[in-house]
Amino acid sequence: MQISGSQMVIEALIAEDVTTVFGYPGGAIMNVYDEIYKQNDFKHILTRHEQAAIHAAEGYSRASGKVGVAMITSGPGFTNAVTGLADAYMDSIPLVVISGQVPMSLIGTDAFQEIDAVGISRSCTKHNYLVTDAKDLARILKEAFHIAATGRPGPVHIDIPKDVTAQIAEFDYSLKLSLETYKPHIKGNPRQIKKAIEAIAKAKRPLFYLGGGIINANASDEVRDFVHRTGIPAVETFMARGTLSHDDSLLISMLGMHGSYAANMAMSETDLVIGLGARFDDRVTGKISEFAKNADVIHVDIDPASISKLINADYPIVGDVKNVVNDMLKLSSDIDSAKYKPWRETISNFDNLHPLTYHEDTDRLKPQWVIERVGELLGDDANISTDVGQHQMWTAQFYPFSRPRQFMSSGGLGTMGYGFPAAIGVKAASPEKISINFTGDGSILMNCQELMTAVEQKLPVINIILNNNFLGMVRQWQTLFYDKRHSETDLSVQPDFVKLSEAFGGIGYRVKTKEEFDAALKDAIDKNIVAFIEVIVERMENVMPMVPAGGSLFNMMLLQKKEK
Amino acid sequence: MTESNERRVVSVIVVNEASVLSRITDLFSGRGYNITSLTVAPIPDSKYSRLTIVTSGSVRVIEQITKQLHKLIPILRVYEHADLVEKEMALVKFPISDNITDINTLCEAYNGKIVNVGENVIIAMVADEPKRIENFLKIITRYNPKEIVRSGAVALER
Ligand SMILES: Cc1cc2nc3c(=O)[nH]c(=O)nc-3n(C[C@H](O)[C@H](O)[C@H](O)COP(=O)(O)OP(=O)(O)OC[C@H]3O[C@@H](n4cnc5c(N)ncnc54)[C@H](O)[C@@H]3O)c2cc1C
Ligand SMILES: Cc1ncc(C[n+]2csc(CCOP(=O)(O)OP(=O)(O)O)c2C)c(N)n1
Ligand SMILES: [Mg+2]
Repeated sequence: MQISGSQMVIEALIAEDVTTVFGYPGGAIMNVYDEIYKQNDFKHILTRHEQAAIHAAEGYSRASGKVGVAMITSGPGFTNAVTGLADAYMDSIPLVVISGQVPMSLIGTDAFQEIDAVGISRSCTKHNYLVTDAKDLARILKEAFHIAATGRPGPVHIDIPKDVTAQIAEFDYSLKLSLETYKPHIKGNPRQIKKAIEAIAKAKRPLFYLGGGIINANASDEVRDFVHRTGIPAVETFMARGTLSHDDSLLISMLGMHGSYAANMAMSETDLVIGLGARFDDRVTGKISEFAKNADVIHVDIDPASISKLINADYPIVGDVKNVVNDMLKLSSDIDSAKYKPWRETISNFDNLHPLTYHEDTDRLKPQWVIERVGELLGDDANISTDVGQHQMWTAQFYPFSRPRQFMSSGGLGTMGYGFPAAIGVKAASPEKISINFTGDGSILMNCQELMTAVEQKLPVINIILNNNFLGMVRQWQTLFYDKRHSETDLSVQPDFVKLSEAFGGIGYRVKTKEEFDAALKDAIDKNIVAFIEVIVERMENVMPMVPAGGSLFNMMLLQKKEK
Repeated sequence: MTESNERRVVSVIVVNEASVLSRITDLFSGRGYNITSLTVAPIPDSKYSRLTIVTSGSVRVIEQITKQLHKLIPILRVYEHADLVEKEMALVKFPISDNITDINTLCEAYNGKIVNVGENVIIAMVADEPKRIENFLKIITRYNPKEIVRSGAVALER
């Protein structure tokens, strides 16, 4: 059919089964917004900042497993969105982001609101397109959704000049894609898989190292099955939280810079790392030469570039982790769970020696208590987003996650300001769950304007602000490594968070005690509108354990033991 | 990464489309890889071009370069050459003097000749292995070359 470029965008979104789009209009994208106005097939959510539109699309995608979609205008609209693109790129979140561009005839003339968008997005997207003719749009849109969602997922950016959105051309979305140069390898090599299984059967102290790729691949069921069948203990990366349920006896905890003592010691003592969809990030490995020093490494990853990038893999397996684990399951009868009993005991001794815990030894509430308490009260009924900082690490350590896609947080880029808009996207994707954002007094101000979006769209996100009057994570480093010179991290001057929320039509609470917290949380859930619950917490609490940057995993700073 | 830096030639087959070259050069600069030389030309009767990139790095870095290149969507194939035939061309402009025959003989030893004679200058061309080109350029300094252009290497696996 012959339609305009703008109509093509709408038709493609409908064909891709998109139900929610996040965005912000402006000159170059107005033709598309005019078509959005005319349709009823999907909902458009107007955020109050383009960065927030991308994070909301990320949250939406992470919670639903679908491709997130966002729409923005040229120039400042696009540049505001760049942080979001980079965030999605680092965390392998599938997005299609469509931006307007000045008309073709003006490109290169320093036109009003012109910026080389594809030049900027090239290094922070999986792929990008500048559309120069509407007749290419069907193919490009279809490719974009395909590339975003397959292989190692990631954001795809499409930049469309204004005249192309007005141009009439032929549109046929049933076209077959022929991406000769893009063929992700999804089936693992059977010989390599067999060798890996033999290595597992031979190992005395094997350890599963579970990563975010399992969540991307929707492979948690298979992985749970495999872990239980083999009786091999497991550590999770930050991005993998929820792959195993918190109450699984084989789950040790998170490993890495703020991993548990047992998880980091298990990684240091293992003789075989079974890496599934994890990328050996520096926050995880600490000093590379000391990481899992006595172990062979099995590494299953869909991205060959992740394999042997930092840690040499003895058994590299390129493939989709769901397929590979299924194949491994079929061969797992040789693996004898009983054999690893002493190893499991060693690990539980580690855990008894230094369990992941905290002391309630101050007048002020401890932030960890708040997180644990929400876990007790809401558990599986909540989806959990976070901002970036100490509160983020405590959430990863202390929230009892029970399923994949329950936890969304900016891991790779560590973007303050991610949490609130992401939680809005999460609520839009799964309205039946309570959407909580654990945030800090620093981070929340980086996208607090999204109160307006949440009020307008009736998306009752509950923001729990763990207020320590500090840029806490940076303050912790200053305390520990900069001789307590707390340079520019003291946030004693603050807004009235209660009034701030109320000014937008949300609800606000300031709480100092356990009772007040319980009451506020209950009330916020009952009232069912967007809320700020400001919790005054201990200012000088540190996230422990901690592996100082570049140190070895087994050299952790630990929580001081209390005299009984 | 303290392993030794090795010179490597990588050939890349890419779809001929806008900005594909910047995707590649951005990848090198963004990830801190070296480019010693880079040549591109379309492959006849196809929608592809062939790039020859001369780079250097440790074994691990070279492996990452080929993998990261392969990840770029419009890239069809990446060859990291082990056993290859490699050639490079150079053009050199000399002032006219009594040495023309010397220069000509020298060029012949490097698969070349004098390709243009003007009023005040001559232009010579040589085509040979990059290492030999280096050598040639060293030798001819005594003839006071005014300008030198090198093409960068092209290579084919044996
Ligand atoms: C302040 C701060 C502190 C942090 N501290 C820690 C810490 O202590 N511990 C920690 O773990 N993290 C920590 N992080 C997070 C860290 O930066 C990384 O984001 C995280 O470790 C990466 O997790 P991952 O290895 O699971 O990889 P992800 O980023 O989730 O990458 C997924 C991997 O799986 C692959 N993959 C994707 N899809 C598939 C598929 N279908 N099949 C197979 N493979 C697939 C990808 O190619 C990639 O290699 C911290 C972050 C911040 C901001
Ligand atoms: C956009 C951005 N700027 C700066 C940083 C560096 N940074 C990491 S954590 C942090 C402090 C966050 O403070 P707050 O939100 O109050 O959380 P807390 O650590 O106190 O829990 C900062 C500044 C960042 N991650 N992101
Ligand atoms: Mg704080």
